[in-house]
Amino acid sequence: MTTEDLLTFPLALQGDHVPMVSFRQVSKSYGSLTVLDSLDLDVAEGEMVTIIGPSGSGKTTVLRMLMTLETIDGGVIYIDGRPLTHMPKGIGLVAANSRHLRKMRSNIGMCFQHFNLFPHMTALENCMEGPVNVLGLSKKEARERSEQLLAMVGMVDKRHQHPSCLSGGQQQRVAIARALAMRPKVMLFDEVTSALDPEVIGEVTNVIRKLVAEHNLTMLMVTHQMGFAKDISDRVCFFYGGRIEEQGTPEELFGNPKRERTQQFLRAVKEAV
Amino acid sequence: MDLREPIDHRVAGRASLALYLQVRIFSKLGKDHGMSYFEFIAKYGDRILSGTLVSMMLTILAAILAIAIAVAAGLMRMSPNPLVRGIATLYIEIFRGTSLLVQLYWIFFVLPLFGITLEKFTAGFIAVGMNLGAYGSEVVRGAILSVPRGQWEAALALNMSSGKRMLRVILPQALLIMLPPWGNLLIELLKGTALVALIAVADLTFQAKQINATTYLSAQSFGTALIVYYIVARFVITPSMRWLEGYMKRKMGRA
Ligand SMILES: Nc1ncnc2c1ncn2[C@@H]1O[C@H](COP(=O)(O)OP(=O)(O)OP(=O)(O)O)[C@@H](O)[C@H]1O
Ligand SMILES: [Mg+2]
Repeated sequence: MTTEDLLTFPLALQGDHVPMVSFRQVSKSYGSLTVLDSLDLDVAEGEMVTIIGPSGSGKTTVLRMLMTLETIDGGVIYIDGRPLTHMPKGIGLVAANSRHLRKMRSNIGMCFQHFNLFPHMTALENCMEGPVNVLGLSKKEARERSEQLLAMVGMVDKRHQHPSCLSGGQQQRVAIARALAMRPKVMLFDEVTSALDPEVIGEVTNVIRKLVAEHNLTMLMVTHQMGFAKDISDRVCFFYGGRIEEQGTPEELFGNPKRERTQQFLRAVKEAV
Repeated sequence: MDLREPIDHRVAGRASLALYLQVRIFSKLGKDHGMSYFEFIAKYGDRILSGTLVSMMLTILAAILAIAIAVAAGLMRMSPNPLVRGIATLYIEIFRGTSLLVQLYWIFFVLPLFGITLEKFTAGFIAVGMNLGAYGSEVVRGAILSVPRGQWEAALALNMSSGKRMLRVILPQALLIMLPPWGNLLIELLKGTALVALIAVADLTFQAKQINATTYLSAQSFGTALIVYYIVARFVITPSMRWLEGYMKRKMGRA
């Protein structure tokens, strides 16, 4: 994208209701494959937005771009009104340098499908790692914060276990506590229950339900569990071919889908169950 | 299941069998020359021992140097900076692509022409260390690359700096992966130290050569050296590396 194109984007978002997350005309392609095509998506503070859609529709890519694990090819992403992927320079925006990325990234936490806990650390050490080594907390403060969060996810008894000694559901709960220990404003969940045995999915979804009920976190979640999405989302976005095909409240989207492709997808999902 | 004990018995058994055979064969050979193997050992044992200690010192110092170089060159090979990458690649190409003996001669005989004169023991372990460091760098790089991508991503999601990601998340896991190949490299390194006898460092090989030159007891001199190298490799280095691996696995809760 040329600097001229970037001039059309504001240096910061202003107004009464600045969204916590804002994608503005964001594009992403791998070679000739366009994964996201000029995506616009706002998520308000405290909102829980669920992304559903067929495989390959770009759901994971949206979260990975927010986590800065993926660069973007066009557009700008704003977090809490400030540009994430770019930084102000003079009158316009330029691509963010690593210092800017580090500053902005502290607002965001992410949980992965395969947990990605550090295998050489215990559950507690996993949670303390960021607070001690990134936020600069004392060991004592970090331990207190981590134990509190591990208690919240029901893992405090196993805090001295290594990930290899924990079940998938337990590992995912520790991973959620680890991300929360950084006190992010935005939490991202990418199919956090997809790698789990059916009988332990509930222990992870219950933790997320609790987060929605008791905290004012802004959350973006990709899931294939339609029932869960229906229960806890403020809004559901149906992705198709790198675009938002349809979005609305869970009642609207699941109860009365307007677009043909949405109806097809929901029918196919229902049949699979 | 704990296999450690039976393995220890087997190792001890093999070691004593090797020693026993050595004594039997050499005493028989020795008698022909009018000296039993016991007499040989009694007479030259202290020289063999001092040579062994020199060889082990060389091995330890060269290993430390090799590990330092391997980590540095391995990391440099993955640098985004092409110049840094190029320097590491050049180093690795030179030291892997040419003979250790010629490298040793270069360091000992040619560097003084450029004003760098090294003592022969120092020249010896530096040559061996630099050579094995080049091989080790590929082991380090391979181990780092085999740490799953998700680990990098999780560390980035915690907003860790690139240095901390490497040091606190990737390297500890890579270490466990690279221990077995390092065991092999250290044995190569031990064997490589024998070449320093050629610049008259009084290591095990040098002592064996000296004893042979004065006594003509070739089978005893070189046979003893052969077996000492084997014992150090097989019964000191290999078990130490196994122990280290087990220790690290236990620390990671994987045992
Ligand atoms: N690193 C990459 N290189 C090339 N193509 C990629 C890469 N990552 C993703 N893609 C492609 O981008 C498209 C979108 O991928 P993405 O992972 O976002 O899909 P998804 O909606 O999360 O699908 P799923 O439900 O299977 O997880 C896919 O066609 C995928 O093959
Ligand atoms: Mg995905």
